[in-house]
Amino acid sequence: MTKIKTFPLGGIHPEKYKITTDSPVIFAGLPDVVTIPVKQHIGSPAKILVSPGDKVKVGTLIADADGIVSSDVHSSVSGEVLKIEAIEGEFGYLEDMITIKVEGDEFEPSVDRSLDIDREIPYTAQEIVAKIREAGIVGMGGAGYPTPIKTSIPEDKNVDTLIVNGIECEPFLTADDRLMIEKAEQIIIGAKIINKALGIQNAIIAIDENKPKAIDILSKLTKTYVGVNVQVCATKYPQGGEKQLITAITGREVPSGKLPADAGCLVQNVGTVFAIYEAIMKNKPLYERIVTVSGDTCLHPANYLVRIGTPASYLIEKSGGISPETTQVIFGGPMMGTSAFNINAPITKTTSGILLLSDKIAGKCAETDCIRCGKCTEVCPIGLQPYLIARLMKNHQIGELKDCHTLDCIECGCCAYTCPAHIPLLDYCKLAKMELRKKN
Amino acid sequence: MLKISTAPHMQTQHDTPKIMLDVVFAMLPAIIVALIFFGLPALMVILTSVAACCGFEYFANRFWFKKGNTTTDFSAIVTGMLLAFNLPSSMPLWMVVVGAFVAIVIGKLCYGGLGKNIFNPALVGRVFLFISFPVQMTNWPKPEFLNFLNTDAQTGATTLGLIKHIDSQTSATMLAGELPSYWQMFIGNIGGCLGEVSALALLLGLVYMLYRKVITWHIPFYYIGSFFSFSLIMWLITGNIQYEPLTNILSGGLMLGAIFMATDYTTSPMTIKGRIIFAVCCGVLTGIIRFFSAYPEGVSFAILIMNAFVPLIDKFIKPDFYGQRR
Repeated sequence: MTKIKTFPLGGIHPEKYKITTDSPVIFAGLPDVVTIPVKQHIGSPAKILVSPGDKVKVGTLIADADGIVSSDVHSSVSGEVLKIEAIEGEFGYLEDMITIKVEGDEFEPSVDRSLDIDREIPYTAQEIVAKIREAGIVGMGGAGYPTPIKTSIPEDKNVDTLIVNGIECEPFLTADDRLMIEKAEQIIIGAKIINKALGIQNAIIAIDENKPKAIDILSKLTKTYVGVNVQVCATKYPQGGEKQLITAITGREVPSGKLPADAGCLVQNVGTVFAIYEAIMKNKPLYERIVTVSGDTCLHPANYLVRIGTPASYLIEKSGGISPETTQVIFGGPMMGTSAFNINAPITKTTSGILLLSDKIAGKCAETDCIRCGKCTEVCPIGLQPYLIARLMKNHQIGELKDCHTLDCIECGCCAYTCPAHIPLLDYCKLAKMELRKKN
Repeated sequence: MLKISTAPHMQTQHDTPKIMLDVVFAMLPAIIVALIFFGLPALMVILTSVAACCGFEYFANRFWFKKGNTTTDFSAIVTGMLLAFNLPSSMPLWMVVVGAFVAIVIGKLCYGGLGKNIFNPALVGRVFLFISFPVQMTNWPKPEFLNFLNTDAQTGATTLGLIKHIDSQTSATMLAGELPSYWQMFIGNIGGCLGEVSALALLLGLVYMLYRKVITWHIPFYYIGSFFSFSLIMWLITGNIQYEPLTNILSGGLMLGAIFMATDYTTSPMTIKGRIIFAVCCGVLTGIIRFFSAYPEGVSFAILIMNAFVPLIDKFIKPDFYGQRR
């Protein structure tokens, strides 16, 4: 085993709560209706191609990418389009969604549903990128950046390393962990596919220490694949952050305001890599993903294979429902996820978990005076001074905020997690970023 | 009923009162040593100081500054204990109360309370007492092992007082019999302020605070290290026993200052680099004051002087920033 790597600046060790590590992924089943948002990615919303009354199948293109920074959206069920209207999403904002009534489970004939593993890659780099685009794949780790853009590197950048991000450092979540255990070889082939698209030979699958099963399986399998290796990383939050991972693996740093490609790296989440494998080898668009349903008040925590557009409430009911102690429902992980405004909001391509938390975990304490302990500065993985940003923001000294590298904040929440005075430091940092973007 | 809130949806269990209680626990060994060697008077000084600090914090905030009750963050207890640690056990109790008033009301609350004061409140109180009541503040009861009531305690000089004004080898050999052994100094069987005598007890407190991640190791290490180096150089150059480094480290307020005073969150820099600069300067200043001024002791002044530089250090010393190097 090679040396365990990690990033040098900051980081925290929150309680892991990985309750569902040993729960195999089970199919969540089909809800009565699904609501599929046309914007599940960073960029412009997709253009809707269907109208009420249309019949669709699993994998039918229902909304077309509008421009380069956008993504195709496919139907995740078969049935009839009921309505197209703005519905409250997880954030409480109105988003355009396509509501489909589920009838049976019929697939588009082009989708290959066999479980055999295809190992030969018959496509050229251009064909691979085109197929990724057609499958509507976006970054499934949470950001939702359209994957075809990431996989077409500009001429002037020199990328030599693909990092497959299997870190999943957020507490509770085990979707990526289970995927690596159950679909290990497909992930390796997916990495080979991306390497072919990029024209490079080096892929590193990064897994953190607390996933011994995934490390074991992937280490054994990668021996038969040239150019794909496993690197074990320390269990530390936010090890799965793009910049932190690049620094941990390669020792390089992404310059301020630049992209990973400027550090010669491309980082893809394991979920995305698996989706790429399925898109290329099985002609399967992105219509389902793995979602961890967990939390301290969740009766039956589990990992589900979920069709995009399934209401979160459907999964919550399947896991035993909301108990009286549940005070918050979180979309995503507890560190960076959103507190759900509407629990009927749909699962999207970027939803990695649904957490039912009690006040014991998610409760907020009253803010007290800063005691200048400096812990926020110690834990910041970017080397910012959150206490200073918060103070300048409180005093509206926007000019001075610029000198604090505020815009480099990755919003990991280490500062707010660690603050003994319970100052909502992350909120101040986010406000400061908004304020600075307004000025520019 | 479901709620919504902003990320992160998890928080550490460490909050301000818990941190303050950890510091109080870290001071327990030193209290036990004070009770063993100085008996009941030491306990009375500690209790008076803590009670007075909490009382002043409560009443001044309530009736003068019109703020809520801030004694629940337990920082007044820490200030009270640290103030007591910096006083001889024979200190008249009314003077302790005066010191507590200066420490809490002038040293802390006038600046805006916890987190906003520039100078370490306990040291402000101590230096005020030191200048106002020099006789009582330099009246050092001799340690008497387990003589709890410490009746008719004799007084004597501190180790630093003994070595302060002797020159060259002749008088050194003369005094050698009077100086306590390293072991006596290490466990605390020497004259001095009631909380500063035992390096062992203070180091136990340091280990506890490091284990509980209350402080980082940088300030104690660099403070003691820089002072040790400074006195070692002086000793090697002059050969004068006054500069003998081990004696200098084990006696006086150095350990107490380096472990409990200079590490005070509010009055030390926010960054690790800043803390190192702060601690090294504290060490060198302590040496300069101890060796070249009229005072045998220099820790309080050194820390207070460096406290004044903390805002400057924080302004110019920034943490390592991601993206500086490729």
